[in-house]
Amino acid sequence: MATNIFRQEFNMRLRSVITWSVAVVALIWIYGSLFSSFADQAELLNEMMANFPEQLLTAFGIKDVNLATVLGYFGFLFLFVQICLAIQAANYGFSLVSVEEREWTADFLLSKPVGRTRILTSKLFAALCGLAITDIVVWISSVAVVTLFKGDRTYEIKPLLLLLVSIVPFQLFFLSVGLVISLLVKRIRSVTPYAMALGFGMYVLSVFGDLLGESTLEKLTPFKHFEPNYILQKGAWDLPLVLISVAVIVIAVVGSYLLYTRRDIPAVV
Amino acid sequence: MSVIEVNHLTKYYGKARGIIDLSFQVEEGEIFGFIGPNGAGKSTTIRLLLSLIHPTSGSATIFGKDCIQYGPQLRREIGYLPSEVFYYDRMKVIDLLTYSASFYPQDSTLRMHELAEVMELEMNRRIEDLSYGNRKKVGIVQGLLHRPKLLFLDEPTAGLDPLMQRKTFQLIREENQRGVTVFFSSHILGEVQRMCNRVAIIREGRIVEIADIRTLQQNNYKKVRVDAANLDAAYFDMPGVTNLEQHDGAVRFFYKGDINAVMHKIGQIAVSDVTIEEPTLEEIFMHYYE
Repeated sequence: MATNIFRQEFNMRLRSVITWSVAVVALIWIYGSLFSSFADQAELLNEMMANFPEQLLTAFGIKDVNLATVLGYFGFLFLFVQICLAIQAANYGFSLVSVEEREWTADFLLSKPVGRTRILTSKLFAALCGLAITDIVVWISSVAVVTLFKGDRTYEIKPLLLLLVSIVPFQLFFLSVGLVISLLVKRIRSVTPYAMALGFGMYVLSVFGDLLGESTLEKLTPFKHFEPNYILQKGAWDLPLVLISVAVIVIAVVGSYLLYTRRDIPAVV
Repeated sequence: MSVIEVNHLTKYYGKARGIIDLSFQVEEGEIFGFIGPNGAGKSTTIRLLLSLIHPTSGSATIFGKDCIQYGPQLRREIGYLPSEVFYYDRMKVIDLLTYSASFYPQDSTLRMHELAEVMELEMNRRIEDLSYGNRKKVGIVQGLLHRPKLLFLDEPTAGLDPLMQRKTFQLIREENQRGVTVFFSSHILGEVQRMCNRVAIIREGRIVEIADIRTLQQNNYKKVRVDAANLDAAYFDMPGVTNLEQHDGAVRFFYKGDINAVMHKIGQIAVSDVTIEEPTLEEIFMHYYE
């Protein structure tokens, strides 16, 4: 790894990392603070939910979930956190290399005396550090929010920790898949649509899987591999599905290195 | 030893032509001109040598080493000024230059400030606020600050005002006098003519001629202009004469061959004025493009 590239990449991304972290933390706190009013009127709430169409509940991942419990409610909340984290990680993945080519700075960087493997490693590491900052912030505020707003209700800590840790491979999935796609296409004009498409696309896929009862779709999307309710209810990861994610990450990262070292950097015409 | 050695280098972008079967050598300490119109393959060649892109076939060595395999190591001694200069917009000039310098083992701070002063560069401006010409200046400083032994200049003066062009040429000459080999790509013939020892003419991806700049001018054509009363252009219609034209009582043409034949012809008539001069590269160049 080249420390100067790492520092440069990290600094360029820092503002985005802070923005995303603040947004996710705000989400956790706002939703979290509503918990006690939800739970206090559990009966009313469950009655209301019984009247909702089943498909809607499925779409929000709250079918068969008791929102009056600490972890039931946190799982519901965490789905939105996952969507944010997915888009953030996909965004970093898609932009990691493509931003240099879109803004034509690749000529500058690649004509310096560093090999492409080192460049990619430095860039990946900088992105990982950015995601790690978001993770730490998410972890701290999650634990804080749960502790603060649970009132006198009890919950198990292990499933919660398992869920919180699961965001690491969850982000890696979107980071690496975004990266490898960006290297497979000739040029990415704008990162945001790609990142939104991958992030939301995977979420929609998991919802469709639920609605249709289709299990092949589930295998594709990390929203299923790391489904909050599953982890919180079973107190364990769905290991075969998690391994699919891990396999995808490994393939995507190896593929990215192979593609990047052989890539022709486009020139201004 | 040749600093650059290119062997049958070919690059296709899919089906689109980049360059075809290019072979040439650049010797140590020379300023090698690389000239051709836009789209001829000049940038493609430079980008291949910097291993920004990979050849379809053929190979190239720099300082005797394969330019892809030893790319990172070779680039320590290479300075590159791209034709279009783009940098991380949000950075300040000084930050970008410091970042650039951080890639090289030696301390380049002094040289960086020296160059910035010559180019009258404002170090504390943000790059996004700079005009095209000022970005180009950043590019020049960035390409030279680590004291490279080989310089790739891709249309170095485009966008610079005449004063800055002159300063740039001055800098390049000074570098060259220190022993730096310069690969100078341009479509402006005048500047190649002024700067280079040898020149390769590239057209539609192929090299049509590599020649010493003097031989190119001398061995080829003379530009002749004869002023005389009642002169008919047809009088000079002889072997070796081309582009014969008559204009305001003057006859102009290019001549290639024994100069005595023309002198003899001119001597037989009463002329009011005669000029015989070297054609500019521009004029020679047009010949290759017809």
